[in-house]
Amino acid sequence: MSAAPHTEREIQWTRRHLLGIADLSREEIETVLDTAPQFAAVAKRKSGIKKVPLLTGRLAVNWFHEPSTRTRLSFELAAKRLSADTLAMTTSASSVVKGETLHDTLANIEAMQADIIILRHDCAGAPHILAASHTSHVINAGDGRHEHPTQALLDAFTIREHLRRKTGNPEASLDGIKVTLVGDIEHSRVARSNILCLNKLGAQVTLCGPATLMPARVEEMGARVCYDLREALRGADVVYSLRIQLERQQHGLFPSIREYIRLFRVDHDSLRHAPEDALIMHPGPINRDLELAADIADGPRSVILEQVSNGVAVRMAVMHLLVNYGGAV
Amino acid sequence: MSRIVINNATLPGSDKKTSLYIDEGVLKGWDAPAGLVDAEVIDASGLVACPGLVDLRVHFCEPGFESKETLASGSIAAARGGFTTVVTMSDTHPPIDNAGMVEFVLRRAREAASIRVYTSACATKGMQGHELTEMAELKEAGVVFVSDNRRDIESSAVLRRVLEYARMVGLPYVAHCEDADLTGKGHMHEGYWSTVLGIPGMPRQAEEVRVERNIRLAEMTGAHIHIQHVSSAGAVDTIRRAKARGVRVTAETCPPYWSFTDEMVQTFDTNAKLNPPLREASDIAAVIAGLQDGTLDCIATGHAPHTPTEKEVEFAHAPFGCIGLDTALSAAITYLVQPGHLSFERVIELMSAAPARVMGLPAGTLEPGGPADLCLVDPEQPWTPTPADLGSRSRNSPFLGKALVGRVKYTLCGGRIVHYAA
Repeated sequence: MSAAPHTEREIQWTRRHLLGIADLSREEIETVLDTAPQFAAVAKRKSGIKKVPLLTGRLAVNWFHEPSTRTRLSFELAAKRLSADTLAMTTSASSVVKGETLHDTLANIEAMQADIIILRHDCAGAPHILAASHTSHVINAGDGRHEHPTQALLDAFTIREHLRRKTGNPEASLDGIKVTLVGDIEHSRVARSNILCLNKLGAQVTLCGPATLMPARVEEMGARVCYDLREALRGADVVYSLRIQLERQQHGLFPSIREYIRLFRVDHDSLRHAPEDALIMHPGPINRDLELAADIADGPRSVILEQVSNGVAVRMAVMHLLVNYGGAV
Repeated sequence: MSRIVINNATLPGSDKKTSLYIDEGVLKGWDAPAGLVDAEVIDASGLVACPGLVDLRVHFCEPGFESKETLASGSIAAARGGFTTVVTMSDTHPPIDNAGMVEFVLRRAREAASIRVYTSACATKGMQGHELTEMAELKEAGVVFVSDNRRDIESSAVLRRVLEYARMVGLPYVAHCEDADLTGKGHMHEGYWSTVLGIPGMPRQAEEVRVERNIRLAEMTGAHIHIQHVSSAGAVDTIRRAKARGVRVTAETCPPYWSFTDEMVQTFDTNAKLNPPLREASDIAAVIAGLQDGTLDCIATGHAPHTPTEKEVEFAHAPFGCIGLDTALSAAITYLVQPGHLSFERVIELMSAAPARVMGLPAGTLEPGGPADLCLVDPEQPWTPTPADLGSRSRNSPFLGKALVGRVKYTLCGGRIVHYAA
């Protein structure tokens, strides 16, 4: 561990909810990243006791209105390692049919004295409208195509840890590094949160993918758009591959899997144009050999599993900050 | 019927104080007869006496959707906004697509509404876009225009027939212009904010290509086409060019399209979810230019009520539309008159005489011998609308909480005071 334990420093945090990277300042992002290492250490304790008593007696509800496996597990594990009680709730179109609104569902959860609501929802803004009118701490675990803030935070943390290890500089930051996101930008909340987060941390973002999956005027969010993968990979410190959903092809957004692979797959061929030590990242789950070649995903440059481990630590940091510094419920 | 004397009012565009003498529902003249003792007297110092406003498009939802609005509640909202004449749309349940439904709605309006309510009817049966409605009989029943409401007619061949037939019977066709393929599952304007918010977008070209198509077919058939809720710069441009070559096209815009941009969606407020959607500053500039040079003939509200239960949901699940009657004039004063885009007098014309002229309605002017349909407006009173200020049964207004200027103090319809604000 490089930096002094955070408990010896003054933590500046007042935010009650984590709704999106858009709301966060660079300082707030760095506070999360600086708080995460102690929680990463919890998982590696020699004693094997991977738990701290920071949220004892608190109730964290994992409310997933859209299927998810890894994000749900990651949040649940993070809450458990903080000693919170956890409930998992899956809702779907069926409860909409029953006629219960988002507000009613949350009111019911809050009536059970929930402290933290972790919401995954297929509609952009769902956590925002709940946070505006309810008392619990709301964490956005992905809202439609809009934001997935904890993913962007864990990605930034992963990149920063790697930079610090590689350079030996415990203060190394993302300033000036080049990150290229490849794939379906249009439908990706991971891309949106990462564009915002990386910009706030001083990194340069390049987006690459089919024009049909590139959102309107995305350059204005602070990114370079490039349709030639080789050009996009040139000089990249990080190559971030995004999941491509097969149904996009069926909806006519690109001609064929074959052509997608030819133009946009991150593999040995295309990576010849990137620096040799470029990191390979992916938010999971991977379509092996579609957007990312299997041997690259499993290769020495890949930090994909580190992203998963770091995800738990970063989510622990977020919950700790929101509840213990972001004001009482 | 009581006699009313209104003293110390001014008329739009004038500083000269005048009186208005109303007897038996008629504006008798500008001076009360000497020795009058039994009249109600209104002191209108600081108020402008304007013709009762006219709205060509309101959704009063009766029958079928009475939890959103009724002819009675809608006319209360209208009166609060200074409107004395409205035309209600035909997307009720069942739709107003036959003379029996027209008679029902007009009878209910006579029973329940405090202002003058006209109705329109569907252009195709059941708004399905396939078979023409019985337009000749609808015209005889008193319909003002035909329209498939918030649906464009998909088939160009059907639209051609609608226009040919409507022209024959002498009914205007009122068009919602939207290429539904292009808007797809969109919920807001496609642009910077749709990208930032990750909300599927509706490009302005979806409106523009259909404004062009619909006008071309009107031109082919000689029908009078009226374009609803113009929101995009390209649509204004297309209408301007069509007018220049003599096409029988009229058009209107609605208050949100000169007041707000797509940036308003960033709070996920579903009252900002409209179709066509709130667009960009450049579109607002074009809409205002269209109002200035007459490309856009008049202002309508498109008053589209939805209950709080329907609107207080995820942005993607909320229905499109907002109410507008209660706040339309204030929105025009605040965002058109105050910044100097249009005079107060011109705004009043765009909301009274101009819409009446577009549809040939006997309304929108204030003349001795005519009905005493008028509103008394304080053009400088600041106010911030709250739900309690709304006469509508619904609350879905993007103007709630906005600092507005200009308030309707009294509304008289046929000499009856139908609205008074303390």
